[in-house]
Amino acid sequence: MERGVLEIRDVVCGYGGVTALRGISLDVRAGQLVALIGANGAGKSTTLRAISGLVPPRAGQMRFEGIDITGARPPRVLASGIAHCPEGRRVFPHMSVEENLDMGAYLRRGSGEIAADRDRIYAEFPRLAERRRQAAGTLSGGEQQMLAIGRALMSRPRLIMFDEPSLGLAPNIVERTFAIIRGIRDAGTTVLLVEQNAFAALEMCDHAYLLENGRIVLSGAGSELIANEHVRKAYLGG
Amino acid sequence: MRAAVTILAVAALASVPLWLRDPYLLNALITTGIFVIGAMSLNLLLGFTGQLSLGHIAFFGIGAYVSALTSLGFDVGLPGDVRLVHAPWPPIAGSLLAILVAGMCGYFVGLLSFRVRGAYFVIVTISFAEVVRLVALNWVELTQGPLALTNIPSIALSLPGIGELTLRTKMQNYYLVLVVALVAYLLIARLVHSHFGRAMRGLMENETLAVSVGIDVTRTLTLAAVISAAIAGAAGSLYAHYIRIIDPEVFAFINTVTMVIMVISGGKGSLAGPVVGGLIFGLLPVALRPVMAPEAQWIAYGGVLIAILFVLPRGIVPSLAQRFIRRRSGAPALASVALTETGAKEPA
Repeated sequence: MERGVLEIRDVVCGYGGVTALRGISLDVRAGQLVALIGANGAGKSTTLRAISGLVPPRAGQMRFEGIDITGARPPRVLASGIAHCPEGRRVFPHMSVEENLDMGAYLRRGSGEIAADRDRIYAEFPRLAERRRQAAGTLSGGEQQMLAIGRALMSRPRLIMFDEPSLGLAPNIVERTFAIIRGIRDAGTTVLLVEQNAFAALEMCDHAYLLENGRIVLSGAGSELIANEHVRKAYLGG
Repeated sequence: MRAAVTILAVAALASVPLWLRDPYLLNALITTGIFVIGAMSLNLLLGFTGQLSLGHIAFFGIGAYVSALTSLGFDVGLPGDVRLVHAPWPPIAGSLLAILVAGMCGYFVGLLSFRVRGAYFVIVTISFAEVVRLVALNWVELTQGPLALTNIPSIALSLPGIGELTLRTKMQNYYLVLVVALVAYLLIARLVHSHFGRAMRGLMENETLAVSVGIDVTRTLTLAAVISAAIAGAAGSLYAHYIRIIDPEVFAFINTVTMVIMVISGGKGSLAGPVVGGLIFGLLPVALRPVMAPEAQWIAYGGVLIAILFVLPRGIVPSLAQRFIRRRSGAPALASVALTETGAKEPA
């Protein structure tokens, strides 16, 4: 197996008595967009949570840019250059758009640079600039998604992990979100994407892993997985 | 706008002793002010981190006892024929120690309970208050138990050029409490809008997200508990040196409940909420005294609380602020209001 900027080896992980990951290994190469696909409960989100330190692994090893991050707590993982966009509610609803962005830079020091990064995000998403003083909870679903992505970028990550970015969004917003994620990859940031919408994920990714019951059962280029008989039957609707 | 309201409110409160000569009412205002400080400290935890401390009076009472014992001195036997003797120190040193010790207790309680949080924090705080009450009741050699610590000296300030000023009159104590309350208010306001304050509010609004941006949950909550407990300890110290007698009844559960009522009715998560709620529920006994027996008054408090929460469900200050904004702009609540005046979670 080729070594990646993020290397995961035989990671076992669980919640209480339930084992969610039964020894998974995967590699994310620098500058690539890597997708994790699989059914509900296959362990996709847990993989991201294990990497970001939200769930400590029971066994295995994880390295990012050659540095061991196995069992590191979330602030250390973030400081090492990995940002995580968790699934579910994406923003701090009672904080303003600007405060939400600043939360993304929570661990950073140096207000000048932070302000410059914020302006760059406003330039990218003018809607956010217009609403910078507005409570994030009053934004539309699509705007909240833009804000969540902007917040993740505020930590200046070299790897961003997105957990179900299309969940609960209108189809045109989903399309826009995927375009932004591809744009992030094209700008040089590595992306690890967890996505229910297997077809879209496989189409846009450079490499993909298929998870079933806490194990990786298949990996390859997106086009290879699309062509795979098992993937077609189980995940692409024939 | 908000600054103008604050300055007007402070000016109005500062003018009270100039026209109010009734010592009974002035006394009620002073004790209310002390409890308002306690309520503000509780609001820092309940309103800005969402953690309910149901033993908050413990920090208040510890502040009162530490302050009283420091300024009275004590002589107690410890196991192993050791005697711990302390000569009286000036009351102001007692106040500083009260803040310090109460803050340390906050750290201890936070450390014990914040790994699990929620209901566990509630239970740990209740038990903590009960344990401290039992110690105060039974360690008679130190605390005099139910016989109470008496003759606690009034606070004395040494002012450069004027000499030492002992705060004996009601007017002096009124201004002392007003100044401490103002300092506590400004400190909390500053804190809530700081980097650390954003971490607290972020945790309350969306914990998963807060952790994902690198906020250390246990550290943030513990620090909030330390600051909250220290402010409560300062209030307790004011109480001891003003009332000048304290007994273990200060730890009664009902005192915590009173503070919780002040915070909830005024509006948790709003800076002015505990002040407004505190003034209402601190002065209600005075208003009701001519017409009701003390036992019946509790029924009236309940009625008033239910009425407030029925009409203004998020508490007086946030609900009124939101109505005011709506009427003026017709727009949804702006972020600047949302973040200072509400602690309520977003309806799902």
